[in-house]
Parts: sequence; structure tokens; C-alpha cells
Amino acid sequence: MELFFNPFDNLLCILLGISFTVWFTLLLVFIIVPAIFGVSFGIRRLYMKTLLKIFEWATLRIERGAKEKNHHLYKPYSNAIIAREPTSLEEEIKEIRRSGSNKDLDSASEFEMSDIFYFARRGVESIMDDEVTKRFSAEELESWNLLTRSNNNFTYISLRLTVLWGLGLLIRYGFLLPLRVTLAFTGVGLLVFLTSVIGLLPNGRMKNFLSEKVHLMCYRICVRALTAIITYHDSENKPKNGGICVANHTSPIDVIILASDGCYAMVGQIHGGLMGVIQRSMVKACPHVWFERSEVKDRHLVAKRLSDHVQDKSKLPILIFPEGTCINNTSVMMFKKGSFEIGATVYPVAIKYDPRFGDAFWNSSKFGMVSYLLRMMSSWAIVCSVWYLPPMSREEGEDAVQFANRVKAAIARQGGLVDLLWDGGLKREKVKDTFKEEQQKLYSKMLRPSWTPLTT
Amino acid sequence: METALIKYLCRFIKNKNTKTDNLILFRYSFTEWPDVKESSIEATFLQKSSRHRLMLSSLTQSAVLCVSVSSSHLLRLYERFESLDRENRGHLRKEDFQAVRELSMNPVGDRIIGSFFSPGQETVDFPSFVQVLAHFRHTENDRIRDGAQKEPANSTARRLKFVFQLYDQDRDGKISRAELLQVLREMLGMQVTEEQLQSIAERAIQEANQEANQDKDDAISFDEFRKSMEKVNIDHKMSIRFLE
Repeated sequence: MELFFNPFDNLLCILLGISFTVWFTLLLVFIIVPAIFGVSFGIRRLYMKTLLKIFEWATLRIERGAKEKNHHLYKPYSNAIIAREPTSLEEEIKEIRRSGSNKDLDSASEFEMSDIFYFARRGVESIMDDEVTKRFSAEELESWNLLTRSNNNFTYISLRLTVLWGLGLLIRYGFLLPLRVTLAFTGVGLLVFLTSVIGLLPNGRMKNFLSEKVHLMCYRICVRALTAIITYHDSENKPKNGGICVANHTSPIDVIILASDGCYAMVGQIHGGLMGVIQRSMVKACPHVWFERSEVKDRHLVAKRLSDHVQDKSKLPILIFPEGTCINNTSVMMFKKGSFEIGATVYPVAIKYDPRFGDAFWNSSKFGMVSYLLRMMSSWAIVCSVWYLPPMSREEGEDAVQFANRVKAAIARQGGLVDLLWDGGLKREKVKDTFKEEQQKLYSKMLRPSWTPLTT
Repeated sequence: METALIKYLCRFIKNKNTKTDNLILFRYSFTEWPDVKESSIEATFLQKSSRHRLMLSSLTQSAVLCVSVSSSHLLRLYERFESLDRENRGHLRKEDFQAVRELSMNPVGDRIIGSFFSPGQETVDFPSFVQVLAHFRHTENDRIRDGAQKEPANSTARRLKFVFQLYDQDRDGKISRAELLQVLREMLGMQVTEEQLQSIAERAIQEANQEANQDKDDAISFDEFRKSMEKVNIDHKMSIRFLE
């Protein structure tokens, strides 16, 4: 019996060995070596085109199937569900009073019982649909991309479609996911190792040069680990030393996307665990700005460190996300003014993800970091466009808030996103009372002319 | 979304212990929003959950099934309900409403939130949510329903009642001077002094009493309120239109 197993065992070992080697060579040749040199074989774009064709077919099948069964397809709403007229408080209340009152308009600026109609209606409208709440959940898709997580219409329509979906599942979890996880580990491992090695070198041009190359290479491997297909536009506007790069924030992947095309100094809080290890080794190779948790609260300290960094022209441009939190990539929320007060040149960057291939938004209240990364790695791909906008500086007579809004408007316009004034921090906090006071002020102004005491 | 709504309805019926009156109430609350096509939820229930066969038989006995589970406004409202219910409890609490920023900004926001909760209740389920929102439904595409026993929620009278109750928080049928002062204080905040507030309230009560020509008491009854709102185009002011 043993004799029988031995040659079989050997054969098995040999086969495993060969397949492992082949696998690794393919990986090396097609993925890692191009990452090191920054070239691309175009495999990912071909993959993207094929996927698009398949998605179109799948959507057509669903629509046809639904028609046959006389179901109505549920189309997710993209912008608004109710019609809201943008009339002001004054106009609306005047109109209500005009229709309801016997008196002439001039004397009618007193309180009327019917005024409450305006507030009631606005309140109920905001319950049905408001601009802010829907920015904190994933965007809905119109066509189906063979991921059940993103579709509300998926019921059993046809055998072919289900088979396709099953095949997709197999490919994504059986082939793509392990491949990507391997790459991710390789990328991160190389980053930590190589940056620590470079940290041993003396400061100088050689060190900067090597650190740049190492960072770029490792980030490119990470990009391939996510199968991210990125199109960079207007690269002549890339951020230069001594500047601040500002971008809209959708997920932690934004960092990887931007850093694989240029070198930046990161800003952030020091974490524990794996993140902390990565952060500490990165800072050995080139100066990033990491803060202790206690330092984050001290705004002056933060501003001082940032401006020190910016003034040293040999240091890399800082990368900051002024929204402060992840938004779902349909809009841009209020920019915090801290980074705009420093006085350096601001290089705005707009990032727009294509939601058909995988939704990159990190809903931090629903998913933790690890489950988020797993979801990313088991989607089809991450497709996005990055636009480098021309640099902006603060003009005369403009304060930090106005400057921040100007930059935000430029980013929103380029990326095709909605420009909102709301604070992204509203994800977790309540609205400040100042907003309510403003409404009260507007209303009381309307009643003001009637401040005469009653004479009985 | 369809499956999600059906699952919700299954759970809802199960929780209500299958009493027939509850079923009728439940079915009825969806008739408040009758832009629906009479597709059979019955068949879909049978497919998805055979556990509820017992409840289904009583459902099919009732006259008209008025829940549409196709692309209708009801489905949109359910989607909205789900997105407000962030922790997936199946019902909403006051905190979930307060999380809507534009509502917190509204001076009478808290009163509007209160109107969803019947006295003593801490949660709002989907049928009640729809019942309140139905007051603001657009009257355009109404069809005459057979067997509709009650006045629809978006009739002028019921709309007036809804707004009256925003003023009349203790539900005694009268807006007392104290209640009026409270509303005015909420709408105007710190922008006016106490005397100005008193004078506004005095004037409003006097006017309402004049118009209605009724007892000169210190409160506004529902009839007085209704008379003073006669000329206001309530249907126009309280209609919210859905985008298709």
C-alpha cells in the first residue's frame, strides 16, 4: 500500500510545486513588475470593457423578464422623490395670507393662524426627503452589476441570469479575492520592509529618490490588489512641494489612488495595530505628519505643524481631506477651514468613482474597516477618474471660509457632484441651534411692522 | 424593495397576533395612499412565507387588497422609512426623526414629530407613518374607491384637524391662550419680548372670536379655527407632489 502512495504523493507534490511556481511567475510578470515600473499591459481595461457588456446584457434580461411577468421594475430614485419649490419663507407665507385674508395686504403683516401651514409643510417635506441623510448611504444603481448587494430587483428571472450570477460569485470569491489578498499582503509587506530599510540611510538626495520609488511601487501594487482602474486627467496640475493637496473623501482607498500617482506627505492620527506599524515605518523614509490622539484636539498645534511642513520646500505636498468624513460620492459637503488658513497654495483634486463596478463608499456606521476591505476586494473592480485642478490661492479680502467654499465649488463642478453647504459632521452630531434661530429671525422680521401694543 | 416590504408586512402581521380587526386596520392604513394598482399581494405572500397561510386566508376574505408592491409612492415611502430606521428595528423612534437635519432646523419640528406618535406611544410603525404622511398627499389622481368607509386623510377637514392638533397639544379640542403662546414662542424664539408675544396672541384670539361670532372665551375652538381658514387654499398648501 505504501509503495502505491509514495509515487502518487510525489506526483502530487510535483504538481503543486509546478502550479505554485507558474502562479507566482504569472503574478510577478503581469502584476508586480509592471507595478514597479509603472507600466500597464492594458489587461484591466479589457476586463472592464468585457464586464460592461455583460452588465448591459444582464440588465436587458431583467427588464425583459419583468415585462413578461408584468412586474414593474423598481427604479431607485437618484435625486429627489418629491417636488420642492425653492420659494422663500416670506413669499410662501404672504401667499398663504393673501388667499386666506379679507384685509388688504398692507396691514396684513401680523401673525396669522395660517402661518403654521408653511412650517408644517416644510417639516413634512423634509421627513419625506432631505438633502443630507441620503448622502450617508450608498448610491443606488440603475442597471444591475451582478452583485446582489446592489440590486433590489433581483428575483428569479431566468436560468441563464442566475447561472451568470453564480459564475460571477465563483470568479469573484474563488479567484479574484485570493489573488487580491495575496497582492495586498505583498504590497503592504514590501512597504513596511523597504521603508524601514531606507530609513537606515543618511538623509540626502539618494534617500528621497529611493523613498519616492518605493512608495510609488508599493502603492501601485495595492492599486492592483483592488483592481482599481484609474484615469488621471490634467496631470500637469499635479501638486508640487510646499503645497497642500485637497480632495473630496469617499473612502480610505482615496489615499491609495492619489498616492500611486505622486508622492505626498500624509496627515493623520497615529493608530495602534497594523496601521500604526505602517505609519511608523513610512515616516522613517520620508516626513509625514502624524499626530498623537491628544494633539489632534489642539488646533493651534496642528496648524503650526502643518505650516512648518509647508514652508520647508524640500518636503512633499500635504494630502488632506477637508470634509472630515466619508461621503457617498454624490455630493461634496462643507470643507473645514483649518487647512485653508495656513496660507499655502492649494491644489484641488476631484475624485469620482464609477458605481457600476463596485461601490467604494465606506459607510462607517454599517461596516468596519476589515469587512469594508473584503467587500472592496470581492467587487468586480474599482473604477474612478481623478482630475487635477489648477492651483488656487487665497485672494485679497477673502477669508478662509470663502476660500474653502470656492475650492469646494470647483471640485464639485469638475467631478459632477452636488455642492452642499451642510457639514459632514452631521453624520454623527445634531444640527446646531443657530440654524433654527435663523428661521425664527426670518419669520419675526415679517411680523415686525406690527409692533404696536393693543388698545382695547 | 418589494421583497423587503413584503417581509416587513409578514413580520408586522405576525406581531399583531392575527386578530382580524388589526388586519383590517393594517390593510386600511394602506388605503390612505391609494395610487395603487390592485396587484395581488396574496400570491406573493403565498410564495414567500407559507408560515403565514393562516393569516392569508383572513386577508383574502377582506374585500379589496389595496397594497401595491410595484413601483409606487408607497414603495418610495417604505424606502425612506427604512433609511430613517438606521438600526433596522422595524419602527421609528423620536431620535430617528430628529436625525433629519432640516427637521431640527424647523421651529415647529418637535410638534410635527409629536404628531406621528399617538399619545402614550414611543414608536411609529410603517402603517402609522403612512397614515400621517397621507394628510399631505396630492389630491390630483384620486379615484373613487368602492367600499371606502372613511373619509380620506387628505380631505380638507382632516387636513385642518391635523394642523389644529399641531396647535392643540393636549387634544382637548381648544387652542388655549397658553398653547398659542407656546407655539408663538417656538416660531419666534428669542427674537421677540414677552409683551410682544402676549399682544400677538391677544390679537389672534380676538380675531378668531370676531370671525366666528361665537362665545368670547379665551380659546380658539376647532370651529372657530375652521372658519378663519375658510379662504385659505388648504389643498394647495398642504399637497406634496411626488416626482415620477
